[in-house]
Amino acid sequence: MLGFVLRRLLATVPVLLTVALLVFLMLRLTPGDPAAIMAGENATAAQIAEIRTKLGLDQPILIQFAIWLGKVLRGDLGESFFFKTPVATLIGQRIGPTLALATTTMLLTVAIAVPLGTLAAWRHGTLLDRLVMGFSVLGFSVPVFVLGYALIYVFAIRLQWLPVQGYKPLSAGFGPFLTQLVLPSCALAVIYIALVARITRASLLEVLGEDHVRTARAKGLKESAVLLRHGLRNAAVPIVTVIGLGIALLIGGVVVTESVFNIPGLGRLTVDAVLGRDYPTIQGVILVFSGLYVLINLSIDLLYTLLDPRIRY
Amino acid sequence: MALCKGVLAGAAAVGLVLATAGGPAAAETVLKAVMHSDLKIVDPIWTTAYITRNHGYNVYDTLFAMDETGAVRPQMVDSYKVSDDGLTYSFTLREGLLFHDGQPVTAEDAVASIKRWGSRDTMGLLLMSYVERLEAKDARTFELKLKKPYGLVLLSLGKPSSNVPFVMPKRVAETPGTEQITDYTGSGPFVFRKDLWKPGNIAVYEKFKGYKPRSEPPSWAAGGKVAKVDRVEWISMPDHQTAVNALISGEIDLMEAPPHDLLPVLEAEKSVQLFDWNTLGNQYMFRFNSLHPPFDNPKIRRAALEALNQEDFLKAVIGDPRYYKTCAAMFVCGTTFATDKGGEVMLKSDFERSKQLLKEAGYDGTPVLLMHSTDLVVLANLAPVAKQLLEKGGFKVEMVSMDWQSLVARRAKKEKPSEGGWNAFMTSWVAADILNPISTAGLNATGDKGFFGWFNDPKLEAMKRAFAEETDLEKQKKIAEEIQVYVATEGTTHGWMGQWYQPMAIRKTIAGVLKGPVPYMWNIEKKG
Repeated sequence: MLGFVLRRLLATVPVLLTVALLVFLMLRLTPGDPAAIMAGENATAAQIAEIRTKLGLDQPILIQFAIWLGKVLRGDLGESFFFKTPVATLIGQRIGPTLALATTTMLLTVAIAVPLGTLAAWRHGTLLDRLVMGFSVLGFSVPVFVLGYALIYVFAIRLQWLPVQGYKPLSAGFGPFLTQLVLPSCALAVIYIALVARITRASLLEVLGEDHVRTARAKGLKESAVLLRHGLRNAAVPIVTVIGLGIALLIGGVVVTESVFNIPGLGRLTVDAVLGRDYPTIQGVILVFSGLYVLINLSIDLLYTLLDPRIRY
Repeated sequence: MALCKGVLAGAAAVGLVLATAGGPAAAETVLKAVMHSDLKIVDPIWTTAYITRNHGYNVYDTLFAMDETGAVRPQMVDSYKVSDDGLTYSFTLREGLLFHDGQPVTAEDAVASIKRWGSRDTMGLLLMSYVERLEAKDARTFELKLKKPYGLVLLSLGKPSSNVPFVMPKRVAETPGTEQITDYTGSGPFVFRKDLWKPGNIAVYEKFKGYKPRSEPPSWAAGGKVAKVDRVEWISMPDHQTAVNALISGEIDLMEAPPHDLLPVLEAEKSVQLFDWNTLGNQYMFRFNSLHPPFDNPKIRRAALEALNQEDFLKAVIGDPRYYKTCAAMFVCGTTFATDKGGEVMLKSDFERSKQLLKEAGYDGTPVLLMHSTDLVVLANLAPVAKQLLEKGGFKVEMVSMDWQSLVARRAKKEKPSEGGWNAFMTSWVAADILNPISTAGLNATGDKGFFGWFNDPKLEAMKRAFAEETDLEKQKKIAEEIQVYVATEGTTHGWMGQWYQPMAIRKTIAGVLKGPVPYMWNIEKKG
């Protein structure tokens, strides 16, 4: 097992290097000039050229890449062009809200989607099943920002139960922390609830048709025991895979939600950096995202061994 | 269980401490504002970005300031004298001025600050080219000696918009203008809390208790700058709809630039009012590139002006006539150097005249590469309207769409349009930036190092120099008029395509917001 983990961790190195190279090249091929943006509206061409030189953007791309990669290999993600702050510090400031939003969203997803999917499978073909599947289609179809604005209108503006926007860290108290996250988590969770509920239903339906479930029922086990112990547990691998992928997608996919609810997370940082062509920040954030993806995938692979004893590495 | 309770109590205590650390005290009044942009760069001399200029007004003070009549009045300066020959200006600072670190503001600070600003700003560079000597005489007095008469000394030092000659401590102002400052000590009405600044999230300013306001009532950036709230928070909120929702729900107090399409929503909201703070407004500009055909030919540029008209642009972008007006004056209607003469061509399209001029100029059908900014609401509809009008006037137009940041990068390219360059683009100016021929970037005709479009026009530069050297206001006005006529008919660096206004949205609990070209944070009160 340890060998597997080490091999997988080593395998992340070429992945991250490839990501670094691709991101670097794509950014340099994208139109836009951070120097022109930094200089402001009234700046002359000469002032912009001077800033380009200061930022090292007048050097050949290969040299720029070598300098950046050298820093990254020493653990230095560079400094933001705009904020004159280390990218690692910026990421440190922003990762908290993103992780908090992703965590509450996933908890909400699992708490709602797995029981819903299980119920739908258990009552396969009934009105309940159709309702769950109908909700699932709706969940896939409504864009997050539409749902976000609708929730804000109803719960924040009309009923005034919850705040429109913003984020409070856990250090500000659990109540305020949670209050700020309710609407964004709900808006973001709907699509994942739809996804996980469908997978849970499909996976469970497959398992419920197998011989060992029929045997369990023939032995006179309670339906709940059949469903949970024999059904859900054996259906868990695809469900966990989807949840894991969901977490990975969530980390990158909170961009819209963070904008609509004004949460100062990594998603907003990425958008701001892209609009400002803040190359070091974009590169740093994408590297961190890639690293997180790899780690999440590794965690899921390890989780398989707990869920299914037949899986061994 | 006891352990659990202990842990919980400890966590709660830590939470309480962390929650209050850096936060406002209970009795403090906090003004929460969403500005037009996030604060990214905090050196108002290094960049011309408007958000940084606005930040500068919070943190720094100025020697002179422009009031609502356009007059330049002393601000940090207590009194000043001009010698009979007009060559020597002697300034005395007000008594008791302090920097945020408690140190007194001295004449040496003012001198170093003027020199740094004079190494970056267009008007500053020109002023310094006339300066023979600038030095401190004693702790509160400094002297500026000119080589020859220059009519814009006070107008330069009282410049209302980017770059504003803010006064910084000498140790900070000695930073080369090409490098950003790292010490944000100012002497303005608010202290910038660098420790609480989270780029992309929040910038915090606290009332400077040691600030000594002037006794006169405030008027634009002149007069008494009295901070009436304890703390100002600029909250970054890139989504306009979210900011509008936050304003309606009372989570913020002020939104500097609500987009025009959301104004009806705000007008319908009882707790919110719209306030027309920037009465000068903004002006659209159609910018030519002088380097490449067809706009290397002045007659063809003039033909383009014949085809364009302000109303069509303003209707397409702003829509509501309460928030725009047509104006023939290049230096903004209602201001000192405003005149209609020559500018009438901007008001209506004459397609036949445009075609005739193109024929006379021998236009060969070379397409105009027109850059189209798609992502900024106040710019997005301009280029399509320009394309249609130019085509009606006999031009061939190739419109290339891109986001604004790509446009600002491409406009710096001097290559041919077919090789990544351009022929024309449209943008918008804050009116305060274009109130005279010297500060108007579009009139920079110094060639390669000038503003994009790179006009090299010695005649225009000579006219500007004559304007700068004239000390009689009436004669200055006459020269400004001549410049406008020249630009509209022969020099044709750009077209001015109408004025538009951006109201601010504030909650009705907010009072005292000042009018001016900049959203000033002093004098604002928060009730309830």
